[in-house]
Amino acid sequence: MIELRDIYKLYHMGDTVVRALDGINLNIDEGEFVAIVGQSGSGKSTCMNIIGCLDVPTSGTYRLNGIDVSTMDDDRLAVIRNRFLGFVFQQYNLIPKLKVVENVELPLLYSGMGSSERRRRALKALDRVGLSDKAGNRPSQLSGGQQQRVSIARALAGDPSVILADEPTGALDSHTGRDVINFLRELNDDGRTIVLITHDNSIALKAKRIVRLSDGRIVYDGDASSPQAVVTPQEED
Amino acid sequence: MDFKQSFVMAIKSLMVSKARALLTMLGIIIGVGAVIVIISLGDGMQNMVNENFESMGTNLIMVGVMGRNSSRSISEEEMFSLAENNTDSIAAVSPVVSCYSKIKAGSEPLDSTSLSGISEQYADIKGLELVSGRFLQYADMLEMSKVCVIGSYVSDEYFSGGGLGETLRVSGESYSIVGVLDEKAGYGKGSDDDYVYIPYTNAQRINKSSRVSTYYFSAASPEATDMAKWLIENRLQKTFEDKNAYTIISMSEMLDIMSTIQDTLLSVLVAIAGISLLVGGIGIMNIMLVSVTERTREIGIRKSLGAKKRDIRSQFIIEAGTTSAVGGIIGIILGVSMASVAGNAVGITAVPSVTAITVSFGVSVAVGVIFGYLPANKAAKLNPIDALRYD
Ligand SMILES: Nc1ncnc2c1ncn2[C@@H]1O[C@H](COP(=O)(O)OP(=O)(O)O)[C@@H](O)[C@H]1O
Ligand SMILES: [Mg+2]
Repeated sequence: MIELRDIYKLYHMGDTVVRALDGINLNIDEGEFVAIVGQSGSGKSTCMNIIGCLDVPTSGTYRLNGIDVSTMDDDRLAVIRNRFLGFVFQQYNLIPKLKVVENVELPLLYSGMGSSERRRRALKALDRVGLSDKAGNRPSQLSGGQQQRVSIARALAGDPSVILADEPTGALDSHTGRDVINFLRELNDDGRTIVLITHDNSIALKAKRIVRLSDGRIVYDGDASSPQAVVTPQEED
Repeated sequence: MDFKQSFVMAIKSLMVSKARALLTMLGIIIGVGAVIVIISLGDGMQNMVNENFESMGTNLIMVGVMGRNSSRSISEEEMFSLAENNTDSIAAVSPVVSCYSKIKAGSEPLDSTSLSGISEQYADIKGLELVSGRFLQYADMLEMSKVCVIGSYVSDEYFSGGGLGETLRVSGESYSIVGVLDEKAGYGKGSDDDYVYIPYTNAQRINKSSRVSTYYFSAASPEATDMAKWLIENRLQKTFEDKNAYTIISMSEMLDIMSTIQDTLLSVLVAIAGISLLVGGIGIMNIMLVSVTERTREIGIRKSLGAKKRDIRSQFIIEAGTTSAVGGIIGIILGVSMASVAGNAVGITAVPSVTAITVSFGVSVAVGVIFGYLPANKAAKLNPIDALRYD
């Protein structure tokens, strides 16, 4: 369902060109749980942004559910994000002045759903992450782990087929971080495609498949259980 | 995008930072307030002026006779017969002969008081009411009786309200006061109440001239005004054969002229107040631009969740519109109350017009929407990843 073909993303910084993605070819099928790992600056977020239709590649083609999205304009990409993709960010990215439930409703709001149906679905998603009692609170009244669960509920609300999580545990302690990953696994068990970005090997090992990036290239793509997935000669931090 | 939610959020963010909201809205508040004050007081003043004019007799037609050369003239009798032959259109006529002679009550001079020679029909033409005594009569004209009727100010000021039966010295002769008029304009000194009326025949003698340069006519009804004017004009044209030899102006024309002048004045003032609305709009734009920058991350989040350009744009435009609408409402409330306070202070009944209120509310919303467009568009065009990375 996700097909990246010869994806390049170049940034021009004065005279130098940063090759954030340097020829990526990647297929992710429905129902997979993929962890994208790599050192800081290896291009994970750039890759994720392109998969998430938040950014377009400099060259190459990206097909999502068979649709070529690499040349779409902003508004059409917005519709794709709204329909097919759910995001979980490292910094939760909840809107502080909206109530928890209103935050969860946002993707439904932009899909044009009526307000009562929106509320019903948002509460259902909150229930799914075990936070229906916090629906009326402000995000700031919740702990970090709870806020991350709200952002997962928000990602789930629109019932997308793919959930993209960029370092979702980065701001959490290891215990809550593990809970979040376990929850993502549950979602994967329900059939949702999960793409997880992490630089934490122990977290990556919870995925079924690991894609390792280095300097914008894929240096490993395979089973999480393979010893190669975790240790590569040039990487040990 | 959901209008209600944007609206509610706009109200909320106004509530959160009240001081800032107030500053944002200040220009709008001042602009709308000023427009309301100006229009309310302007309308009040117009009403007052109209009432005053109407109190002078709505059917009044003022005729000025300058004459062309000494060879042609028109006599009072000719004017009287014009009225008598056309009673369908003309109800009454009176010569008005101004005198500039000294008037004294005992030894006290009546410096501010005007002296006018008139006929017995004058009271009807001007709608004068008596509080005591009688008005001048036809016989007084014929006999050139030394009688006068005084205005309420003269009676109050020189006879402690009891002028009837007393005497005034006019041009060295003694005139007995046969009537005291009711208060009319209520402005005291120098006003229509500060008047002494004598028979016009006496005034002609005092002036040592039989010339009458002013006549007041009254039309039989408001509808008859045009006919009456036409009759008078025809008559005068027959004598003088020169349109510049006379002027005819009806009270309704005077009212029209007055309201044209007032409308022009009002438009100028409203335009000035409008400039402050413009400044208010720029203030809103400024704060909205700041707000867009501050909320870059929020915009990024919304876009990542599927908000299209127009969703973001309408959110910020609704916010700007709501801000200026709230400013407009505050301005209206402030303007209406200030207009009544200021009106009381200067003795005008302020009239807050529904039109003025509706229009200024509409204008303030429009100002917000127009000046909110640029910041809103800036927000709409933000790139989602740049916006998400912003902090
Ligand atoms: N907007 C940008 N402008 C310039 N360089 C960028 C931009 N975004 C990312 N990069 C560069 O691209 C490379 C990959 O970045 P990123 O995808 O964020 O890495 P990771 O998420 O793996 O830490 C880095 O060298 C980074 O400096
Ligand atoms: Mg990153």
